Amino acid sequence: MEALLSLFVRAIFIENMALAFFLGMCTFLAISKKIQAALGLGIAVIVVLTITVPVNNLIYNYLLSDGALAWAGLPDMDLSFLGLLSYIGVIAAIVQILEMFLDKFVPALYNALGVFLPLITVNCAILGASLFMVERDYSFAESVVFGAGSGVGWTLAIVALAGIREKLKYSDVPEGLQGLGITFIIVGLMSLGFMSFGGIDI
Amino acid sequence: MDSVKETLSSPIFKNNPIALQILGICSALAVTSSLQVTLVMCVALTFVCAFSNLGVSLIRDYIPGSIRIIVQMVIIASLVIVVDEFLKAYAYGISKQLSVFVGLIITNCIVMGRAEAFAMKNPPLPSFIDGIGNGLGYSLVLIFVAVIRELLGAGKLLGVEILPLVTDGGWYVPNGLMLLPPSAFFLIGLFIWGLRSFRKEQVEEPEFKMAKHTVVREGV
Repeated sequence: MEALLSLFVRAIFIENMALAFFLGMCTFLAISKKIQAALGLGIAVIVVLTITVPVNNLIYNYLLSDGALAWAGLPDMDLSFLGLLSYIGVIAAIVQILEMFLDKFVPALYNALGVFLPLITVNCAILGASLFMVERDYSFAESVVFGAGSGVGWTLAIVALAGIREKLKYSDVPEGLQGLGITFIIVGLMSLGFMSFGGIDI
Repeated sequence: MDSVKETLSSPIFKNNPIALQILGICSALAVTSSLQVTLVMCVALTFVCAFSNLGVSLIRDYIPGSIRIIVQMVIIASLVIVVDEFLKAYAYGISKQLSVFVGLIITNCIVMGRAEAFAMKNPPLPSFIDGIGNGLGYSLVLIFVAVIRELLGAGKLLGVEILPLVTDGGWYVPNGLMLLPPSAFFLIGLFIWGLRSFRKEQVEEPEFKMAKHTVVREGV
């Protein structure tokens, strides 16, 4: 239990997806002008990460990894080279299913998240989390915690950035730095701030 | 011939995918702490981008509109698997250092973006060249960042010592910050600033204008 808690905290703060690994940067910079939109996107990312990482974990452990097909009578099969293709397929399919499910049963949430869901398929934070899960050999429980934790961390980062940018539009920025340039520098400072979490261990 | 040159050179300076279109930033930041790894990443991305553009463009008339994203993704993912397996076989050390970032070429917005925006509408040859051009535009920014980070952070380029370090009896005190993630953000921010000082048309309009300073006059 303690190990899981520690993993959760580490995924949020120390190994923050956006600020330590630069994952999901494109949407991170593009959708961070307003807090409202940033929060919507963040919640969608948490939901999708919490579902896709464990699902990809099952697929890797029971279909793709070396010797995983032993239950089907094929102990010598190693399909791990198909990993990339399967993960992205799973992510695209789950996002699509989620979209249809929300549309049918929770229309209010669908309207709130609607525009962001398709964007999430190509958000590298989602695929990145699955790849980290494979590389670090997480168990099923760990992958659930890791997925949720990195989603929360990413949301925290994008909402914080959106808050800063909302204030920033009233400041007098040099001409060439206007917009994208100053955003990069702010994200750099935020990333510096998050580095101070390094070394926390629970 | 002119149009070929135009397709090739416009993404490098005029329409740089990283500095102007904000595409493909994730990997641009993460792999640039050493020049050697960066070069491998640039070659990998240019390869994937060029050939995915070529592939998508070849079958563009047969892809039904509603499933085109999936089709593009399958083409891109297959190419990335080829690159990944190739690196694992011939450059295992570098492939370990790049870790998940080779796989993340799949979700690199440059590749997807070019397939969607250019290759779906243009014949194979221009698409192929456009892919190379965008790959080079991406490489330019990455190499710029990587040279600065490795030179100032470790005093080396491609592992060859350029600035002799204090610890080895030289004079250069390495700037550790350059090897840490935040420096990549600062460098790209400054790069954009530099680029936009030359090309004024890329400057974004501010959302709010400051009021002009008014001169305070006393007792006139």
